[in-house]
Amino acid sequence: MKKTLGILGLLIAVCVSTAALSPNFLKAYNVENITTWTSLFGILSIGVAFVIMTGGIDLSIGSVVGLTGCLLPWLLVQKHVDPVSSIALVMLVSLAIGLLHGFLITKMRLQPFVVTLCGLLFYRGFARWFTGDETQGFGNGFAGLRYLAVGRVPIPFVSGWHLPVPFLIMATIAVAAAIFLNQTIYGRYLLALGRNEQAARYSGIHTDRMIMLAYLICSLLAGLGGILFSLEINSIQPSGHGDFYELYAIAAAVLGGCSLRGGEGSILGVVIGAAVMRVLYNAINLLGIPTQLEFAIIGMVILAGVIFDELVKRLAARRRTVASPAQATPPAAF
Amino acid sequence: MPAPSSPLLEVRRVSKRYPGVQALRSVCLRLEAGEVLALLGENGAGKSTLMKILAGVQRPDAGELLIDGCTTEIASPDAALDLGIALIHQELNLADNLSVGANIFLGREPRRFGLIDKRRIARDASSLIKQVGLDVSPNTLVHRLSIGQQQLVEIAKALSVNARILIMDEPTSSLSQHETEALFRVVKDLRGRGVGIVYISHRLGEVKELADRAVVLRDGENAGELQRDEIDHDRMVRLMIGRELAGFGRRQSHTPGEIVLRASNLETPANPGRRLSFALKAGEIVGVAGLVGAGRTELLQVLFGVDRPLSGTIEVGGRPVVFHAPHDAIRAGLALVPEDRKQQGLVLEMTIRENVCLASLDRYDRAVGFRNRSHERQAAADSIRRLNIKAPHDRQVVRLLSGGNQQKVVLGKWLLLKPRVLLLDEPTRGIDVGAKQEVYQLMEQLAGEGAAILFVSSELEEILRMSDRTLVMHEGRISGELDRARLSEEAVMRLATRG
Ligand SMILES: Nc1ncnc2c1ncn2[C@@H]1O[C@H](COP(=O)(O)OP(=O)(O)OP(=O)(O)O)[C@@H](O)[C@H]1O
Ligand SMILES: [Mg+2]
Repeated sequence: MKKTLGILGLLIAVCVSTAALSPNFLKAYNVENITTWTSLFGILSIGVAFVIMTGGIDLSIGSVVGLTGCLLPWLLVQKHVDPVSSIALVMLVSLAIGLLHGFLITKMRLQPFVVTLCGLLFYRGFARWFTGDETQGFGNGFAGLRYLAVGRVPIPFVSGWHLPVPFLIMATIAVAAAIFLNQTIYGRYLLALGRNEQAARYSGIHTDRMIMLAYLICSLLAGLGGILFSLEINSIQPSGHGDFYELYAIAAAVLGGCSLRGGEGSILGVVIGAAVMRVLYNAINLLGIPTQLEFAIIGMVILAGVIFDELVKRLAARRRTVASPAQATPPAAF
Repeated sequence: MPAPSSPLLEVRRVSKRYPGVQALRSVCLRLEAGEVLALLGENGAGKSTLMKILAGVQRPDAGELLIDGCTTEIASPDAALDLGIALIHQELNLADNLSVGANIFLGREPRRFGLIDKRRIARDASSLIKQVGLDVSPNTLVHRLSIGQQQLVEIAKALSVNARILIMDEPTSSLSQHETEALFRVVKDLRGRGVGIVYISHRLGEVKELADRAVVLRDGENAGELQRDEIDHDRMVRLMIGRELAGFGRRQSHTPGEIVLRASNLETPANPGRRLSFALKAGEIVGVAGLVGAGRTELLQVLFGVDRPLSGTIEVGGRPVVFHAPHDAIRAGLALVPEDRKQQGLVLEMTIRENVCLASLDRYDRAVGFRNRSHERQAAADSIRRLNIKAPHDRQVVRLLSGGNQQKVVLGKWLLLKPRVLLLDEPTRGIDVGAKQEVYQLMEQLAGEGAAILFVSSELEEILRMSDRTLVMHEGRISGELDRARLSEEAVMRLATRG
């Protein structure tokens, strides 16, 4: 909990200052929009958080988003496959990608950075090839399917405000992920091996299986994210769709308290991290800041956030030192 | 040989507090040139903390340090080295991807034309290595060495700075008799050259042999001091724990049951071509003696499924088994307390509770993998009580515990599994006399309940005392087996060295 405090503070700070400077920020339409995008990126971030907790990294997420985002409309529109089979097929592809990464990293002992960097190049190239580099989309059809991304559920008793459907999807995933991480033995295994893989192995943990699982979760969520992104955008350029998304996802995870050394992280923090990124992006648009500065600003704020978080942590540690005499139990009686 | 003038080093009323623990309270200490001062105390008494303060790793909250009678600030490890103070840490601190030579001169590499002078490192290193009785090339990568050998590299590193004050924090905890003797020669030689040596150890026999004087800490305070002729086992223990140690009843002899573990022609990857065969019966405590590098740890690792045997078979309870990973071994009822607690035994950044429960989480999950928190709390509380782990609470991060208390956490983790076959690799490494007794009693108790225990130890005393049967290893082979009637120090040493 303490870990998410810093990032929550940052989110509030960014929201308050944007709201103060732009009257449009708190309009229902804008808030729903931010929520949608936060949810989509949140799904990717939760996935990569699992990988980061094992001490690994997944650089292929953006390309998986691109690949699955092209694959779905291509199957539906050009190959006339029915929606359920299309979605199943796309998820199967993501599953295969996750398994491949996990296999190469655990059994072949290749480095995650290298494996997923190759993935980044390969999936992008593949998507461009099988679509002939042509823009994909759903046209005006598939309203039912697109509801998953653009649907809005009215909030009872609050007229004029709606919850985007992607938010409900993301929230479900986040709750499941948090329960997995905090309540199950597998979550504990994941965190233990992220800190010390050898000791985890000696303790009877199937470290390889757990690492596999992490990459599987990551690619599956990237695939799911890919589907939702494509349904939301409806006009997908094979060459650029999803570019840099892995970096946004990683940044959100790091902002949310995941250490790249592994073994640390909170799902709530990661989701808040994703929100910070989206609010920033939105603020740049609303405040009329030149969009060329987008990356520079986001980079700066992430850095500030990480520094701020570190300071909060230290302060908390210091406070514990000062407060501890009261709670210290006397040394165990001999 | 106390110098007539001011002592080499004096510690005056030093205090140090950590979150939740007062590690040192107004501690005083004096060290003369040319003496070996033993620093004694239970696990968590504050010995390492005091030494870290002397070596500039930690700053005291209050108190004074005097060198040659002058008040001195020791602000950093570098400053300590400049003052001629070298500390050999209790926990190994080597860069294991570098060579032995590179480690010895790490941070102080001799240069030639601005570049690291590798030839000189190799030359100087090899003479230092010889001095500490180590038999490897300076180009060997450190991760290829056993813990004992790494310990000797640490000592060579301390020698390389020509220290006036040498602090050794449990230097022999992972050395065998043989290596310990080599180390003693080095220590005595340094003493003869006027170096002041602070020597921390839980092996009281060594203290008696080596120390000119002993200072005892208890719960972070001075508990007393013994002159050379007053140093004996009982006096030391009394000062350390503040009372008599409850006598360790005669060890019971066990009536072994049927065979639970059998290894036939087992060939470990570390010693290809050498085959090992032996059997272990229920209710039996079998010691494995040998020099460091004899292949004892490798044997345990193969038995536990960490490494695969090159050939040969393992049977548990009469059925042949193949362990692909420690997981399988644990399923079959085995447990291993590994040699290297930092790398293999503990997740240092996790809490006591998390570590203690790590291996048994799946035994007590409530449903489909959900953790059983109340069991975790209970298990941690039991372990802390049973092993007398000294910590403010069970959510203390293990990295912050004293070395001996860390070892107890590792033991606690494996005892929770109630194994049928318990493999112990240097189980009492770094733990104090009281806790050793506890461990011995636990071993007795487990054997009494029918567990088979195979324990590797470099402490001959421990082997002589605990084992019903002793296997002696030499260069990857079992060079002999001794039952209690034939068990003696000489017999073990003969088999361990000659093979
Ligand atoms: N960095 C730290 N933060 C919090 N507590 C600490 C820290 N370092 C040591 N301690 C605590 O201070 C006390 C003294 O520890 P110290 O390492 O000096 O014991 P020791 O006498 O060397 O014990 P051992 O024989 O087990 O090595 C212990 O209770 C330990 O848990
Ligand atoms: Mg210590």
